[in-house]
Amino acid sequence: MSGFLTVGIVQTALEIGLIYSLIALSLFISYSILNICDLSTDGCYTLGSAVGAMVTIAGHPLLAIPAAMLSGVCSGFITALLQTRFGVESILAGIIVNTGLYTINLAVMGFSANVSIFGTDTVFSLVKNLSENEVWQNWSRLILLSLIIIGICLAIHWFLGTRLGLSIRATGDSPAMVRASSINPAFTITVGLCLSNSFTGLAGCLIAQYNKSTNITIGTGMVTIALASLVIGETISGKRKMPVRIACVVLGSCLYRFIISLALRLNVPTEAFKLVSALIVAIALIAPNVKQKIALQMRKRAQG
Amino acid sequence: MLKIENIEKTFNKGTVNEKKALCGVTLVLEDGDFATVVGSNGAGKSTLFNAVAGTFFPDSGSIELDGRNITYVPEHIRSHEIGRLFQDPLMGTAPNMTIEENLSVAYLRASTGRKGIFSRTGRKEKQFFREQLALLNMGLEDRMENPVGLLSGGQRQALTLLMATVVTPKILMLDEHTAALDPATAAKVMELTRRIVRERNITCLMVTHNMHQALDAGNRTLMMDSGRIVFDVKGKQREGMTVDDLLRKFAENAGKGLDNDRILLS
Repeated sequence: MSGFLTVGIVQTALEIGLIYSLIALSLFISYSILNICDLSTDGCYTLGSAVGAMVTIAGHPLLAIPAAMLSGVCSGFITALLQTRFGVESILAGIIVNTGLYTINLAVMGFSANVSIFGTDTVFSLVKNLSENEVWQNWSRLILLSLIIIGICLAIHWFLGTRLGLSIRATGDSPAMVRASSINPAFTITVGLCLSNSFTGLAGCLIAQYNKSTNITIGTGMVTIALASLVIGETISGKRKMPVRIACVVLGSCLYRFIISLALRLNVPTEAFKLVSALIVAIALIAPNVKQKIALQMRKRAQG
Repeated sequence: MLKIENIEKTFNKGTVNEKKALCGVTLVLEDGDFATVVGSNGAGKSTLFNAVAGTFFPDSGSIELDGRNITYVPEHIRSHEIGRLFQDPLMGTAPNMTIEENLSVAYLRASTGRKGIFSRTGRKEKQFFREQLALLNMGLEDRMENPVGLLSGGQRQALTLLMATVVTPKILMLDEHTAALDPATAAKVMELTRRIVRERNITCLMVTHNMHQALDAGNRTLMMDSGRIVFDVKGKQREGMTVDDLLRKFAENAGKGLDNDRILLS
């Protein structure tokens, strides 16, 4: 692990990967399960980080977590309201909310583009100070994040097995069946989007506390990154059972961060990162198709 | 008892595509009635079905189910009491969910109120589902963990039938539910339908393009044309009818030749 990839790089990639996996899990619920393109992710992530940062600065790093999640729920509720009650196309609903959130996020941050939370405790510093042990000091962040993600994954798995969870899955899988089964799709879509956006908000809060700062552009392109992680995860898991699929989404997010870390190591300039992200998404999306085409060419050639 | 009174529905009102789909349909289905509905494409059969199911609300008229006016009751609330099968076997089930999960979703119709939304499918229910699946005689009871997308069209339609009746509905509506299946499978699904409807005395409305089926199944036959019910036969008169009689009636009432291959071929 020495030389090209240091422990530090791997550790950071895992930590950020775990935080971003929350957004990938959010898209897993809205995009894979509910079959809805929720493009409010960027704004919702910034909202979570803004709310999280402000509550942390006020001296409540723990309270920041539910506060950020609640802000995500509100954002998801409005997106859902637009499409279920007023019949707005789901993509448009997301874009509208995303645009509106920009001003709201600025307002939350006191109309300043940057907020710094140096000097106050964060959940990470609170956990780190639990023990003086050197190993603990080094790894507490990763352990804390792992526990949070494992908890969330278990919660998602549990939830999707309940009657409400099954109804939400059915809503994305077969709308005709859902209406014939006494389920109100407006209700299941609303619950699904509130849930998914609460995870996006949580990710924003954690990244703000992790970086000890946030800014108004932190969410730009986040939906692409999360989609990349999701696609990588779904490519690995294929059509397997729910627990495997959920775990693979997290794995996909960590893998994505590794690729980015590699790019960093190879001295790709930071300005090129968005392009690298877009390329990874494109490759992940193209891969299965190209694989099929190559197999077909092989068969053709074999026949002469 | 289903009581439809003088319902009308016009699509795309005020445009060049204006289409009067239902022109004052009145129909009373007694408890235990099993009525078949025939009619050419565009006669209004599916529109009538969708109006009863609540896919849209009629422009005028009223629909009563067991004495309760459901004309403007939303679709998902009506479906507590209405079972539905579509022509497309893929529509009635969720392909990426297992057989058991599909049945669990259908079984939600049994629960009333909001309590229990966080509850899970219990062992008792799984056993109940298994018994119900065994009645289909398709070996599905041993594949409850399989995604429904792996099943054949006939198996999926049989499963949909089970899902629509797992909670006995006040009315079962079948929209050409065997039309997309091969003859042997269609016969099997039809046999299942008859058995379930007979055993539980379910009031049933079935659209079909098969004239044999229209006379053979159920106790009453309706014919629709241009958004109206033009012919309604039951009892002695129906028993004496042949497919030829029905076809003649069809031509008479429609006032035009038969242009539907499927009707001629039956």
